[in-house]
Amino acid sequence: MAYISGISYYTPQQVLTNDTLKEMYPNGEIDKAEQITGIKKRHLAARDESTSDMAVHAAEKLFAEHGIDRSTIDFVIVCTQTPDYYLPSTSCIVQNALGLATTTGALDINMGCSGYVYSLGMAKGMVESGISKNVLLLTADIFSRFIHPKDKANQIIFGDAASATLITALPGGFKLNDFVFGTDGSGAENLIIKEGAGKHFNKTFEERFDEYGNVLSDSYLYMNGNNVFSFTIQSVPVLIKQVLEKNRLELDNVDHFIFHQANNFILEYLRKKIKIPAEKFIRNIEQLGNTTSSTIPLAFKDAIDQQRFKTGEHVLLAGYGVGFSWAGATVTVC
Amino acid sequence: MEDKFLSLFREQFIETDTAAINHDTEFRTIDEWSSLLALCVIAMVDEHYSVKLSDVDMKSCMKVADIYSIVSSRA
Repeated sequence: MAYISGISYYTPQQVLTNDTLKEMYPNGEIDKAEQITGIKKRHLAARDESTSDMAVHAAEKLFAEHGIDRSTIDFVIVCTQTPDYYLPSTSCIVQNALGLATTTGALDINMGCSGYVYSLGMAKGMVESGISKNVLLLTADIFSRFIHPKDKANQIIFGDAASATLITALPGGFKLNDFVFGTDGSGAENLIIKEGAGKHFNKTFEERFDEYGNVLSDSYLYMNGNNVFSFTIQSVPVLIKQVLEKNRLELDNVDHFIFHQANNFILEYLRKKIKIPAEKFIRNIEQLGNTTSSTIPLAFKDAIDQQRFKTGEHVLLAGYGVGFSWAGATVTVC
Repeated sequence: MEDKFLSLFREQFIETDTAAINHDTEFRTIDEWSSLLALCVIAMVDEHYSVKLSDVDMKSCMKVADIYSIVSSRA
């Protein structure tokens, strides 16, 4: 068995409020976007702050808040799509910055919105197979750095954050149950930073505009909102059905649902479509925005702090997005 | 059926006098039309017709009737 024994998170100091966005885009669009996305503010990393810095902050908070002895960590996973460098892995930088033993295994997982659930699955496998005893799972992403300075659509949605989760064999916290994964790489180009990596090495910084006047550039983050939305409403209800079947549960037996906090429009649409009661549906997007790989642990941690969980309850986690990729699992409150 | 679709389409708008929207309206000319409204239309079509509209589908449409014709061919 493998258990989540603690979660902590870090948000950068700088906050971008909708009031500031309204000053940048004064034609009323931000009010409408707030109504639909449900996002009022998001945190942005400082210019001199990197993904590894944020991951280290989150890990230090985890150690402090849960009294964890860092010498017991024998594996560190960093889940990010905005690494410090192409090489070395951000996890190697983090191992050194945290002063973890050199006997610690370190690995990056390059996944976004589904990444936390994927990484939990990897960590569970490592603990249950005896490969590791205590896996430190860090999620961290700085999307703000990859959004065009005039791309209002993505500026509204995305925020920066990092989370830290300890997965261990010691009973307590939340027991990790069965996982479901899925992939449809035909959707790769719908959520992408096309230039700057191996295939299109040179950043052209060419700009064009979509039919709504929003600036697009292959040198920055691109999201085709219509296609991402269509993918989500098609794949997530099936994912939830499969997760329930694999864990031998009915929808009514699940006490809490923590979905990737993409935006409130998608969340509310999925909630109604899957027929999840509002009181079971955990949400914290209003103050944090979409922090990609970190949304599920951020919402999970806030719900823990609000004492929403009781022993024996089932919690369903679901991540979906860039790839396209999706993953779901249940955990049981110990 | 087409009238039901038109009425559901009109419901997506908040600020527009939707009585002026009909089957032949070129919806991009409506002031309130936005990328967010496009999402609302995709959601409405999924909810009421179980049809998934892609971005390419939306881009191929000029008039309200064009969207309905895709929906009715797949519903």
